[in-house]
Amino acid sequence: MAETGAPPRPAPAASPASASEPSLPATLRRNAPLVPTDTAASRALAAVIAILTFLAALCAGAAEIVATSAGQWQGAVAQEVTVQVRPGPGRDIDADVTRAQEIAKAEPGIAETRIFSKGESERLLEPWLGSGLDLSDLPVPRLITVKLASSPAPDLKALREKLTEALPGVASLDDHALWLQRLSTMANTFVGIGIGIVALVLAATGLAVVFATRGAMAGNKEVVEVLHFVGANDDYIARAFQSRFFRLGLRGGAVGAGAALLVFALAGVLARISRSGPAGDEIEALFGSFQVGWRGYFLIVLIGVIASVVTAVVSRITVRRFLSW
Amino acid sequence: MAGGTRTGSLLSGTEAPAVHFENVGMRYGMGPEVLSDVSFEIAPRSFQFLTGPSGAGKTTLLRLILLSVRPTRGLVSVFGEEVSGISNEALTGLRRRMGVVFQDFRLLDHLTTYENVALPLRVQGRSETNYRAEVVELLRWVGLGERMHVLPPLLSGGEKQRAAIARALIARPELLLADEPTGNVDPTLARRLLRLFMELNKLGTSVLIATHDFGLMDLIDARRLVLGDGRLRIEE
Repeated sequence: MAETGAPPRPAPAASPASASEPSLPATLRRNAPLVPTDTAASRALAAVIAILTFLAALCAGAAEIVATSAGQWQGAVAQEVTVQVRPGPGRDIDADVTRAQEIAKAEPGIAETRIFSKGESERLLEPWLGSGLDLSDLPVPRLITVKLASSPAPDLKALREKLTEALPGVASLDDHALWLQRLSTMANTFVGIGIGIVALVLAATGLAVVFATRGAMAGNKEVVEVLHFVGANDDYIARAFQSRFFRLGLRGGAVGAGAALLVFALAGVLARISRSGPAGDEIEALFGSFQVGWRGYFLIVLIGVIASVVTAVVSRITVRRFLSW
Repeated sequence: MAGGTRTGSLLSGTEAPAVHFENVGMRYGMGPEVLSDVSFEIAPRSFQFLTGPSGAGKTTLLRLILLSVRPTRGLVSVFGEEVSGISNEALTGLRRRMGVVFQDFRLLDHLTTYENVALPLRVQGRSETNYRAEVVELLRWVGLGERMHVLPPLLSGGEKQRAAIARALIARPELLLADEPTGNVDPTLARRLLRLFMELNKLGTSVLIATHDFGLMDLIDARRLVLGDGRLRIEE
């Protein structure tokens, strides 16, 4: 502003009202936003942002549950390996099983071993073959579960080699690597889909804000024109719109994220209640404890914040582009 | 035709004219030319009326000076700066040296009278404590001291007019553009406002008042820019 050289204002002494000079109030502004808040359109946009944030937060929470549950399964499975002893012609399977157990026990890093009895091994086949059958003639392999110690770390490769050497063609070690890999792939796929959906929902939020901003700009064309005429630059006007939309985004994001937090908290409570019932085991097997945990809650809050920031940034960019056409 | 013009910007030691138009033509879209070959200057600290029948292009001429529309052809300079291809920042800088009173006031209905008048200072980033006394003083001076908390829809036509004038003056412009500033006030207030504009002019502001109120123009001896059929005639 070229203040220097600007003409002075006419002397206030010309005003009859200025004679009394009453004291000034502390503030005369009501902090009214420069861009008027159209309540109907604003409420609609805040509702859209709230719904989209809610959906994104649900996806993120679900992905977090899958990732946590998969992690728990993997942890549980990875702590155990299985030695399988197959019956061979002319061999005493019980002696082979005992020998395999001794080899496993002798290996450092092994916490515990347990032999599945013949009856237990046969029972494992019941889901496929049915119960009440005499399986004594079938060459049913025997299993030894080997629990691994956390310290010292077991050397499974050495154990596998020792078993193959001592009981060639009879004993084998299954470290569940294939199953773990599949589980990991499945969990990663779920998490990837979750991230993709969250990204899509945030993109949809951005697009909704673009349309809303353009609508607001068109609806406030006169306000924008007046702001330009009184000396506001494009950046100032963009900031005015950004501030308005950030508040809307914050409101929508808070409502959406809050609703998602509530849903997960309620679901956790319901899951705990139903765990005592007959379906509890299945639910726990599928979803673990159905707890999103602090990381999940943090993710949900973060999505609410991101939705607000996306709203503010997108509205600012849209205004700048709208003004510089 | 630039009666009484001086190309001050080309001479050392002389001030650039506040506004310089040279063979300016303006049309909206593919329509006929609203302004044709308009050439004139507004000298620093000068006072003039812009007149002509309704639809003669007065408002378009003011919009060209305000840089809210670009001329179809010709040269427009404001405060010595040629405006074709001007950057947004420079445009804002030029607008901050002007004050404008719109025919329809253009007060923002969601802001109080005080906030409307303070707007040019607020957009400059000045803090309220810095400009509060200044705004209140001007509001009292234009007789709106008791109406500063009122929203524009509750103001009378004359009060809106005075608020719009106060908004145009608050940032101490070097050039004041007023589009029918006395169109909504009684003759007594019109004369008072005219005196206000003259006083401003004496203090150094260039003033251009668009009006078709011959009674008002006859009150003072000032240069008249007369628009008719899109062409400009200057009566000194």
